[in-house]
Amino acid sequence: MVENEHLIDLNHITKEYDGVTVLDDISLYIRRKEFVTLLGPSGCGKTTTLRIIAGFETPTSGEVLFEGRDIVSLPPYKRRVNTVFQKYALFPHLNVHDNIAFGLKLKKLPRAEIDRRVDAMLDLVNLSGYGKRRVDALSGGQQQRVAIARSLVNEPEVLLLDEPLGALDLKLRKGMQLELKSMQQRLGITFLYVTHDQEEALTMSDTIVVMRDGHILQIGDPKHIYDEPANAFVADFIGESNILRGTMVRDELVHFAGQDFPCVDFGFGEDAPVDVVIRPEDIMLVGEDVGQLTGTIRSVLFKGVHYEMIIDCGAATFKVHSTTMQPQGSRVGLSIVPFNIHIMRPMERPGREG
Amino acid sequence: MRQYMTLPWWSWLLMGLGLALFIALVALSIRRNRGIKRSLFATPYVLWIIIFTVLPCLLIAYYSLTDASGNLTLDNFRTFWDSNHIMREQLRGVAGDEIAATVVRGSVNVDTLVYSLWMAFLCTAICLLLGYPAALFMADRNMKLGATLVVLFIIPMWMNFLLRTIAWMSLLEDSGLINSLLRSLGLGPVQLMYNQQAVLLGMVYNFLPFMVFPIYTSLNKLDPKLGEAAADLGCNPWRTLYKVTMPLSVPGVISGITMVFMPSVTTFFIPRVLGGGNTQMFGDLIESTFLFSGDWNLGSALSLIMMVLILISLSILRKADPNGEGGGIA
Repeated sequence: MVENEHLIDLNHITKEYDGVTVLDDISLYIRRKEFVTLLGPSGCGKTTTLRIIAGFETPTSGEVLFEGRDIVSLPPYKRRVNTVFQKYALFPHLNVHDNIAFGLKLKKLPRAEIDRRVDAMLDLVNLSGYGKRRVDALSGGQQQRVAIARSLVNEPEVLLLDEPLGALDLKLRKGMQLELKSMQQRLGITFLYVTHDQEEALTMSDTIVVMRDGHILQIGDPKHIYDEPANAFVADFIGESNILRGTMVRDELVHFAGQDFPCVDFGFGEDAPVDVVIRPEDIMLVGEDVGQLTGTIRSVLFKGVHYEMIIDCGAATFKVHSTTMQPQGSRVGLSIVPFNIHIMRPMERPGREG
Repeated sequence: MRQYMTLPWWSWLLMGLGLALFIALVALSIRRNRGIKRSLFATPYVLWIIIFTVLPCLLIAYYSLTDASGNLTLDNFRTFWDSNHIMREQLRGVAGDEIAATVVRGSVNVDTLVYSLWMAFLCTAICLLLGYPAALFMADRNMKLGATLVVLFIIPMWMNFLLRTIAWMSLLEDSGLINSLLRSLGLGPVQLMYNQQAVLLGMVYNFLPFMVFPIYTSLNKLDPKLGEAAADLGCNPWRTLYKVTMPLSVPGVISGITMVFMPSVTTFFIPRVLGGGNTQMFGDLIESTFLFSGDWNLGSALSLIMMVLILISLSILRKADPNGEGGGIA
């Protein structure tokens, strides 16, 4: 699937607006046919990164390599990438067919060829027969698919997608996630996807880049990012987490919530301050007498698949997900398998170079 | 010569009816709802329009179809088409058909109208050519000077229209600023005033903002992402302008054309001041027919012709911008 060849390299990209740094020394590569997602809260610099690749922004310093050639000074219309905009930016004076044909007409292709490719695209996005419609007469989901078709029809090397599903409702969004992913696999096009929705990122990506405040916090495949978050922020942003301050007593023994816990991490040194991350579903509820910790259930919320309970253990409060409900106010024991205790240094800044 | 005419009886009736309707509506709604209906607040405006717009239009139509003594006639329109026809009629009675037939068609009125339309067309075209780039510049978010330019275009509009036109005189006249400068450079005084170019200059100067602002508004409303999308799909800046920006600013252009063309056709002060009476336009003709000849009937006929022409051009423009998105009057 994903090839090893680097299609795009961002090397030490910094971007400042009026003295405010929005991207601080970002390094990143994107391989051919890879589905890369830039994930982070708003203002983290993910959209700016995308716009630098599209050519709408020029980095203050650093280089953007496309197949090894620096393209920083290349204007957007000469780049072999296409963008799907957040609010689609369809041309209101053109109908669906002419919107999709826009790029092909600029290339002066023969009319029959254009019509054939536009129709094929309409098929691909399930909008056959919509060619003559006005774009503002379409629903949000349909407009979004026209926007994707308008970009894909040009057969770009990379498709840049800036929160393309943000304006759709939950159900439509889930459907489009699967559609986009299968489209990407079928066409073998590299996707760079920007979102703040961690679930979307986990579902679709080959590689997730977690960003915050203009820095890259972690790069990895979805499973790696979820299971081994690099720091507390990533852990908190990707899924729900209990994050506690703790001390590494020695290798494979950590102290938090007033007690020592065996764990599997090592190499932090002795008595080193660390962040301890435990997923709510990784805490087991056991009898009061056999748990590593005991606590009182403060609240119980039904979440569909599981119950979410807030348990007060005195020295710390835990969020626990469990499929069996315990009544509010009851005393329970908590038990955590060493493998599920994630120890991390407070904040790191990884890159992905070379 | 008759400077002021008495209004025909039915115009009084119409005003009376309007007033009665207003009072009746107020009385009715207060009685039925024990309060004032919201639509009632529109009544003063409706009344205003009836008295000051609808009624004058009807009066103009009435005067144009009657003669001085109030008899129905089409003579006024014949005079528009052939200003010598009355003279010919009189001659026929005195000297017979043959001699009367030698009196050619008087084409003053028609020629003036054609000339006015031509000047208005020139003025509109020049305003469009100057105004579109200016509006583009003002609407460009990357141009820090854009906002300044908006203010610079607005400031002259705070000054009186007549004053601004007279100010041009002191620039253009033989002893004016430009000619003194030229004289000191040894280039001698140049005749800048009292010709067609001076009139056109005055018109363009006065009406340019009416072209710039509708276009500026429609450009300002454009989603900047559309320009980026065009660039993304392979348009260089010129092609983006041609394929996206210009088509989407058509409503503003149409609105601008309307707002420049209409006052240009009917303008009467500028040609008199800057043209010095050498170039008469249709607005001047109407004005002088009313005020100097005192022929309200012919004046009304000329006004009516003007009005019909404007309505026709409006309806043509309206076809090009059916939703009135330009925000103008078209």
